[in-house]
Amino acid sequence: MITFVVHVENKPGVLTRVASLFRRRAYNIESLTVGSTETPGVSRMTIVVDTDDEGAHHVEAHLYKLVNVLRVDNVTARPNVIRELTLIKVATTAGTRPEIFQLADVFRARIIDVSADSLVLELTGGTAKLDRLLEVLEPFGVLEMARTGTLAMARGEGPGRTAAPQARATAAAESQDIAYSV
Amino acid sequence: MTSRRLTGAQILWESLVREGVTCVFGYPGGAILPAYDAMLDYPIRHVLVRHEQGAAHMADGYARATGQVGVAIATSGPGATNLVTGIATAMMDSSPVVCITGQVGSKLIGSDAFQECDITGITLPITKHNYLLTNPEDVAATVREAFHVARSGRPGPVLIDMTKDCQQRACDFEWPEEAPVAHQRPNLSPGDAELARAVDLIHQAKRPLILAGNGIIASGASDLVRRFAEHADIPIAMTLLGIGGVPASHPLNLGMMGMHGEAWVNTSIQEADLLIAVGMRFDDRVTGNVKTYALNAKKIHLEIDRSEINKNVKVDAGLVGDCGQLLTALMPRVERGNHAAWRAHIDALKGDAAVRDIKNLPDSGHLYAAHVIHDLWRETGGNAVVVTDVGQHQMWEAQYYHHDQPRSLITSGGLGTMGFALPAAIGAKIARPDAEVWVVVGDGGFQMTMAELATIAQEGIDINVAIINNGYLGMVRQWQEFFYERRYAATPLTSPDFVKLAEAFGLTAARVTERAGVIPAVQAARATKGTVVIDFRVEQEDTVYPMVPAGADLHNMIRRPSVLAETGADQ
Ligand SMILES: Cc1ncc(C[n+]2csc(CCOP(=O)(O)OP(=O)(O)O)c2C)c(N)n1
Ligand SMILES: [Mg+2]
Repeated sequence: MITFVVHVENKPGVLTRVASLFRRRAYNIESLTVGSTETPGVSRMTIVVDTDDEGAHHVEAHLYKLVNVLRVDNVTARPNVIRELTLIKVATTAGTRPEIFQLADVFRARIIDVSADSLVLELTGGTAKLDRLLEVLEPFGVLEMARTGTLAMARGEGPGRTAAPQARATAAAESQDIAYSV
Repeated sequence: MTSRRLTGAQILWESLVREGVTCVFGYPGGAILPAYDAMLDYPIRHVLVRHEQGAAHMADGYARATGQVGVAIATSGPGATNLVTGIATAMMDSSPVVCITGQVGSKLIGSDAFQECDITGITLPITKHNYLLTNPEDVAATVREAFHVARSGRPGPVLIDMTKDCQQRACDFEWPEEAPVAHQRPNLSPGDAELARAVDLIHQAKRPLILAGNGIIASGASDLVRRFAEHADIPIAMTLLGIGGVPASHPLNLGMMGMHGEAWVNTSIQEADLLIAVGMRFDDRVTGNVKTYALNAKKIHLEIDRSEINKNVKVDAGLVGDCGQLLTALMPRVERGNHAAWRAHIDALKGDAAVRDIKNLPDSGHLYAAHVIHDLWRETGGNAVVVTDVGQHQMWEAQYYHHDQPRSLITSGGLGTMGFALPAAIGAKIARPDAEVWVVVGDGGFQMTMAELATIAQEGIDINVAIINNGYLGMVRQWQEFFYERRYAATPLTSPDFVKLAEAFGLTAARVTERAGVIPAVQAARATKGTVVIDFRVEQEDTVYPMVPAGADLHNMIRRPSVLAETGADQ
């Protein structure tokens, strides 16, 4: 699995362009999240792709060919934090409820809704942790499950802030040591 | 700069004129009418095509003939979808084309309005980039950016879809004087260490080859490649789209590689110990089976599009950048070479195969396509711009017409689009009015876009058309002959009388059925003002040799049968 953080211009159709690239080049997206960033006009995508290092190189090269892409960071091998949130609705009876409460406690999942015959748990964490919680709840009867997909951020210095896309309008930025190839 | 109030349609033309556009190829309709109306007030030649596919190919031919951006224009819905084949053709061969399409009013978008079609969605994977414009305020900057995107880096097609209200509404017009700049990209230009590594590989090589592709033409690096090859004494093999990039008459130019490349070229590639690929992308028609491709060779890849490096073939040194600039950086580091022994070896391979050349065959009066191409080459002194279609005739043209000038062979390589030649030639002729332009086209492909003969007549275009009429979809028939036990499913072709047909369009026409008739017909066509269509009735079941079957090893070619080589099959 390779995790990319991709900064793109926040314009209509950009998500389609990125998604279409993966389809066209036959790469499988495991998870894709999009949201706003600290910079107005810039969106941030976290894309998890089922590929190897070589595939990652190609994906990065192809992403950089999209005019609206500002920056591509492969954070897979870097120190990073990867988080995902899940909501799980699990069937309960008076008998099983205490056991589920206990499991929730072990996983530090929050119980955010309780009804007569079900309850809803919320858990944030790495992908493996979420998978594991789901696994242990399975025997009780998982009625519904939703996951947000992955968010990733490099630790420490990291990629840092992305310049606002307006910067592109000035020819002055065209200096010797910057390669432009759209 | 003072601003004026103009409609989006007017701003479109103001912008196109500022980008240097003097001619557009198009077809009107409701959603693009405001743009057509405004066009009359600008110094623009409009070529009315007979099918929008023709408009896209003409813009493409215009672009390939000069390197300037070609422009096609069409209405919404069916007008826009008819462009699609032409856009995909330009994309595959990295040709700078800008397409303008009309779109229904912005309030109607998404309502399945009359002639509404999501053309930006449809063309997403076959354009470098595309735009949907709904505000006249965005037109000028978008046109500027679109032209920049189309011609910068690895060139390609860009589409601008303009809603009808965007064309009609007015706003203050101001031309952005600053050229648009793409977003910053990681700097991948090779440093000293990478250049040194490539230079080492070159110095160590005993059997080096340069593989030259379309990129050397796009980059204007023809002379550099030649000088580099002379300096390092390295023979050059051409891809189909590279042809003309290095003069065919140059002693280091070996000729075309790949599926129908010359045997000595493919054999040399398999025997080489170093390949220096310049502006080419190791297409499957060039490599054959990649698992057995050039196993003895180290590989250096000079390429502007980093996504091409290590895509099809793993390389030992990938240098990202404009191939002209990269060669300029390499040249002073590379020592004068001498590969006389390697060249002599290739000459020996070539000597064996060259006697099989059709031009050395005895002439029995039968007409072979190779004769036609060979004679056309001789009569035009190799100086014509030849625009080919797709099929057997295309490969014979590549083998027997020897191109010495870049941009003198225009052909659909990557997509292999039948119907390309006639419209692309119209575009090429308009781009280069002083050039002698010949179309070499099959009887099949000609019928796909022959309606453009009417465009030729209306616009007074002066080109010549050689129809290589073999009564078959020849290249497909050849595959059936080799791989489907001669079961000719849907390849025999009944055609109209091309002479009468051309005459019906008001053009001059002739028919040639024997070898002796070729040169007089070519001479007559060259002496005739206006377009002449010649129907060359050639041998029906002729075959393109050599052939590397799709996916086979490059060295396992089906060679010209020796009976054909020594006596000519026509005896
Ligand atoms: C639009 C399109 N449809 C189908 C093909 C597949 N195809 C490749 S070559 C060929 C035959 C071309 O026949 P013709 O134009 O007569 O040329 P010839 O091979 O006989 O010289 C066909 C059908 C294609 N390349 N393009
Ligand atoms: Mg034919």
